[in-house]
Amino acid sequence: MKARHRRLAWIGAGIAVLGVAVALVLSAFQSNLVFFFTPSQVIAKDAPQGRAFRIGGLVESGSLKRDSDSLTVHFKVTDTAQTIPVVYTGLLPDLFKEGKGVVAQGSLLPDGTFRATEVLAKHDENYMPPEAKMAVEQAHQKGMMTMRSMRESDKPSP
Amino acid sequence: MIPELGHFALILALCVALAQGVLPVVGAWRNDAALMSVAKPAARLQFLLVAFAFGCLAYAFVTSDFSVQNVAQHSNSRLPVYYRFAATWGSHEGSLLLWMLMLSGWACAVTLFSRNLPRSVIARVLAVMGLIGVGFLAFLLFTSNPFARLTPAAPEGDDLNPLLQDPGMVIHPPMLYMGYVGFSVAFAFAIAALMAGRLDAVWARWSRPWTTIAWCFLTIGIALGSAWAYYTLGWGGWWFWDPVENASFLPWLTGTALIHSLAVTEKRGTFKSWTVLLAIVAFSLSLLGTFLVRSGVLTSVHAFASDPARGVFILMFLAIVVGGSLTLYAARARAVGGGASFGPISRESFLLANNILLVVAMASVLLGTLYPLIIDALNAGKISVGPPYFNAVFYPLTAPLVFLMALGPIAAWRNASLPDLWTRLKWALGVAVVTALLLPIALGRWSPLVAFGMFLALWVFVATVVTLVQRLRSAHHGTLMAKLRANSASWYGMLIAHVGIAVFIVGVTLVKGYEVERDLKMDVGQSVDVAGDTFTFRGTTPADGPNYSAEIGAFELSRNGKLLRTLKPEKRTYLVSGQPGTWAAIDTGLFGDRYISLGEPVTDAGAKGAWSVRIYVKPFVDWIWAGCFLMALGGFIAVADRRYRLAPKRKSAPAPVAVPSAAD
Repeated sequence: MKARHRRLAWIGAGIAVLGVAVALVLSAFQSNLVFFFTPSQVIAKDAPQGRAFRIGGLVESGSLKRDSDSLTVHFKVTDTAQTIPVVYTGLLPDLFKEGKGVVAQGSLLPDGTFRATEVLAKHDENYMPPEAKMAVEQAHQKGMMTMRSMRESDKPSP
Repeated sequence: MIPELGHFALILALCVALAQGVLPVVGAWRNDAALMSVAKPAARLQFLLVAFAFGCLAYAFVTSDFSVQNVAQHSNSRLPVYYRFAATWGSHEGSLLLWMLMLSGWACAVTLFSRNLPRSVIARVLAVMGLIGVGFLAFLLFTSNPFARLTPAAPEGDDLNPLLQDPGMVIHPPMLYMGYVGFSVAFAFAIAALMAGRLDAVWARWSRPWTTIAWCFLTIGIALGSAWAYYTLGWGGWWFWDPVENASFLPWLTGTALIHSLAVTEKRGTFKSWTVLLAIVAFSLSLLGTFLVRSGVLTSVHAFASDPARGVFILMFLAIVVGGSLTLYAARARAVGGGASFGPISRESFLLANNILLVVAMASVLLGTLYPLIIDALNAGKISVGPPYFNAVFYPLTAPLVFLMALGPIAAWRNASLPDLWTRLKWALGVAVVTALLLPIALGRWSPLVAFGMFLALWVFVATVVTLVQRLRSAHHGTLMAKLRANSASWYGMLIAHVGIAVFIVGVTLVKGYEVERDLKMDVGQSVDVAGDTFTFRGTTPADGPNYSAEIGAFELSRNGKLLRTLKPEKRTYLVSGQPGTWAAIDTGLFGDRYISLGEPVTDAGAKGAWSVRIYVKPFVDWIWAGCFLMALGGFIAVADRRYRLAPKRKSAPAPVAVPSAAD
């Protein structure tokens, strides 16, 4: 009988730890899940104001400008239908290029500019961030604009 | 010709693996010695065949045979020879072949170091490993043939991803796979025990060294990967909670729980069915990790669409292994039985708490890793779960784990008392608290998180020292050497691994608390002060490597006006792919690193030769990896324990151990 009580106590302790873990997970999910939006969705005001989210698409060719006295850069992210201006201060990843896919995390400023806190680097040059690819595909499907087919390799990142 | 020979060897290996997977089990079931004795030679032959196939692929890479598709896609004749060799496992197909090589290698090792095991146990263990081999060989041959030819042959290869052209990347994958795949031995022992319905302390002693060795390699593999990310990705971070990293961390957490649970099973004959379950979970997570990383599922769920056959095969294989072993577990766990009882405060209870916390922490990491995939698969949008989630969940769960870690080794088996633990450890607790409160002041800035982290590290370290001293003192006679020799190697290994955790926590805490990161634009001749050091930019000079051209920067690092050294970070452009690569220059020291990486040239009208640069000061960052290597060292020392080499006397559970130890 005593052994059984003890086992129950241990199961209780296990459930308590699990409960704490679930509480931690839920609260962390509440504040730390980052949702992804395409430029079209941002223009349509689907994206949250004042909360961090991610956008993705292509860096519009010819849109990259640098401030002369700081590390602030401006560029535009497009899904070929809509375009969002982005401002970012810091070093850009090696594989950041005009005309290539990009994913940025940050939040919207009141004037509609996206202030990026992070511009994501990927491991492989042939690799298109899936979010960026999806943004372009969605815009493509809506038939807003035709666009040359995009080559994309399925190489796994290391 | 050579690639075809490799291909043929793989086909033969599959046949051998089938025989190895089926015949010995039938033999063990019918008690047929002839059938059981197939296991050993089959496992050795399978290893030779897979090693031959691997050698053929490596030969194709080293000799740049671009008529092989895999070589043409992942190598280049201008690569230095050691990277051409390492490119063998730089692709999906090659890495699976490496996996297979490790699996057959572990099975072969089991045949060599198992002279003391009963024949039926060896037969079952090798059969289980043979069946896993069947799955992987079939996967290789039917969906991911590394020897597929390319007609016409390519004149030149596409190059290996520049990020992988690094010495760390040459040894990281084999180490990681040694660990991943090594858990297959523990898994095979567990399944064999379930099949036989017999599991006792002797079983735990067979399975322990294998599990610990696999865990050591996994630890080293993860540490190397983390160090690689630190100096190659140019971001100066050592852990990103990236799904690829998590994929290796999940089996590590489970394996850590397994090592501790096995200790209880060996010493006290309890936790048996739990240990078996952990062994199954650890290997299942290794499989899951391999597939998550290598199938392309992680980059996107939709990558399945690019080659549906691979994705479906992977899911089927996972379902069979996990589903099959869990079904067997459900059916047979009762036969395995529970074990001796123990008090609410005892070493068993501390180890049980260790297991609960590790498994729950593992589950929270698993959830954060899979959640975005599930949401994506359900078409419910795209989300990402980043470091804030993992930090918010993982640290609160592991802090009590580390706190209890100090108590476990000093508590007695079966029944310990809190007052006794208090008497033994009150000084350790006092020293840890006071030092932890004062240390951040000495380091310049007090912060509660730094103080808490330092407390945990000091608490573990001091309590471990106390454990050692008290053990030595309780031996009544003899010289210090005799007293030292009276304890088992596995006990010292445990102490060293625990000190490794303390060292690791010091690194994590101080980097997090005191790192300085500055991104800035620097003109030639400009100086900047970061955390007490002066960095002066002396411009860049072009240089050529074997397969890249580079700009090499020169930064003078000086302190109090005295020049210490010149740091030379590089910005490379790889000629074949045109892909840029950033090579940070790091001044490594016991108390921290100074880290510089080049961003890109800033071409203004005003300044010529200016660059954007990243300057980091990372206090105690190397302690992170030093801690990992100490943990692995502790594991290796534990495995060297002579009781694992002694022939077990039949029916003499729990332990015919020559040394009078209650070692971990």
